[in-house]
Amino acid sequence: MIWTETFRVAWRSIRASKMRSFLTMLGIIIGVMAVIGSSAVGTGAKLMITKQVESLGSNILTVMPGSSGSGGINRGVGSATTLTANDANAILAQDPQVAAASPLVSSNAQVVYGSNNTSTAIEGTSAQYPQIKNITMADGEYFSPAEVTHASNVAVLGASVPATLGMRQPVGQTIYINSIPFTVIGVAATQGAQGFQSPDTAIAIPYTTAQNLLTGTTNVQQIVVSAKSSAVMDEAQREVAATLRVTHQLLPTEANDFSILNQATILGALSSITTILTVLLDGISAISLLVGGIGIMNIMLVSVTERTREIGIRKAIGAKKGTISTQFLLESLTLSLSGAFIGMVVAGVAAEIIGKVVLKIGNVVSVPAMVLAVVFSILVGIVFGVYPARKAANLKPIEALRYE
Amino acid sequence: MGALIEIRNLVRQYVIGDEVIRALDGIDLTIQHGEFVAIMGPSGSGKSTAMNMIGCLDLPTSGTYVIDGYDVSGLSEDQLAELRNHKIGFVFQNFNLLPKTTALENVELPMMYAGVPARERRARAIEALERVGLGNRLGNRPNELSGGQQQRVSIARALVNHPALILADEPTGALDSHTTDEILHLFEELHAQGNTIVIVTHENEVGAHAKRIVRFRDGRVEWDSQNGQGPHLEALALHVPADEGGGSA
Repeated sequence: MIWTETFRVAWRSIRASKMRSFLTMLGIIIGVMAVIGSSAVGTGAKLMITKQVESLGSNILTVMPGSSGSGGINRGVGSATTLTANDANAILAQDPQVAAASPLVSSNAQVVYGSNNTSTAIEGTSAQYPQIKNITMADGEYFSPAEVTHASNVAVLGASVPATLGMRQPVGQTIYINSIPFTVIGVAATQGAQGFQSPDTAIAIPYTTAQNLLTGTTNVQQIVVSAKSSAVMDEAQREVAATLRVTHQLLPTEANDFSILNQATILGALSSITTILTVLLDGISAISLLVGGIGIMNIMLVSVTERTREIGIRKAIGAKKGTISTQFLLESLTLSLSGAFIGMVVAGVAAEIIGKVVLKIGNVVSVPAMVLAVVFSILVGIVFGVYPARKAANLKPIEALRYE
Repeated sequence: MGALIEIRNLVRQYVIGDEVIRALDGIDLTIQHGEFVAIMGPSGSGKSTAMNMIGCLDLPTSGTYVIDGYDVSGLSEDQLAELRNHKIGFVFQNFNLLPKTTALENVELPMMYAGVPARERRARAIEALERVGLGNRLGNRPNELSGGQQQRVSIARALVNHPALILADEPTGALDSHTTDEILHLFEELHAQGNTIVIVTHENEVGAHAKRIVRFRDGRVEWDSQNGQGPHLEALALHVPADEGGGSA
């Protein structure tokens, strides 16, 4: 009963000076918005990175040639030529957790069709590449194993290439890559950006053809491997490493002359960066909440001074210390909680709009962040309300009554 | 039943810098239930300090003070607050009503601290306000009331918890002579109904309404009309400095 009464008194005093109360709350509003905002930024960044990395394929291992020497022998730059198509075949043949493997020979070349030309990425792959990268065909088909074996001059265009070259009916047409004629046998469906490259602007040809006509070497730059599922990635990675050590005839004392990139590894590295970012932002927002709390304490102290006489009257007619301090504590708590609520609504709505409508990355507002913000605001309200409340409660009634 | 107030050899001293000021220097005073006493004296006589003591707003440095059977020495602040709440109804010179709060809520306040349920609180507050003639001003705030009306509200607030003592500190100091008469009549009425009233004042006109006068000077009781000795009321006026009024002489 005395609680509702006390709350009413606190609420009335907040309403009595609306502007001041609002400005006091603003500190908490901004603090809470910062907490929710920073967690939304963190969540959003993580979501975007995860989405990007997953678009590369969540079950893909990329084998790259190792650098420099091992076992005392400096292989130098030549180490970059250690991967061959045979390695890819061996992986495919021997490793049970591997679903598909394709060599990748990339290069940039000038592509000409009629009077149009462009410089774009040429990717030499095997027939298994579409299976690894989930490439579907918009038109025509991907080249067959036979075309790879025969090093045929056939090309599959990325989704945006026909438009770049001004081709109406690409399949069956002839394009010139570095002045060598290629027959277009297919156009891939749009895949969207993957990591830092866009496959939509690239042109795929058999890796054998790429080795013969473009790079003039027998090695491959990468071997792209897909595991049977994302659950067996680590196992697949071990198998691939073991196979390559055999094909490369490495002694047990020698280190690997290749490296295997695992999607999970990349994801882990990137998300640890965003975690650092989030912690940093959280720290800053916690400080702003703290500053908001100091604002509350400041105003509560002013309020205690202004209402010294009122406190004196209340004490004279029988208010105990606890009643007075509860009243002021409730006032600061009401200020901080109202601020937290307003900040939560504003930040929540803003983050939802930015996350869902502007960036289209989905739900970025985290409930734990909201709970944290509210709990922290309550703490701030109590911690910074206690001192002014105690000050009010400890006023001597005679002195308070005499205060003008 | 024993006396309502028993003060024995009470001393209250303040230390200001190096100086020790004895605001009360050994007071003895007994007030029975149902008395109407005026505590008088010039400024600096110690009557305000005495009022703080009697009102349990302050504790004595030494000596004893017993009100309605409770010895105040050694009580905590919260215990004093409870004692004030139950035993004493205050009426102040400047009314001391809560601003922005209606007459009714002001009168409800002491009952709120006493833990009286809301419904009973309201009923008793209305009754008290009707008793002081403000039954039609329940919803008005202090700034919407005249000085006399505000003092009536504060008298209603003093009455509402059925205190053992109504303690008034210069209750007419801020009022004109007509309103002063009204308020003093109200006090007489309350006394006639059996309330114990102590008024602290320096105005003889106010003191004249009381049944007993205790005069303070230099922190001691200089004269108590109950003892029947010393100057009587007319002569008393001569002790009052001219600048402090006392038109009744």
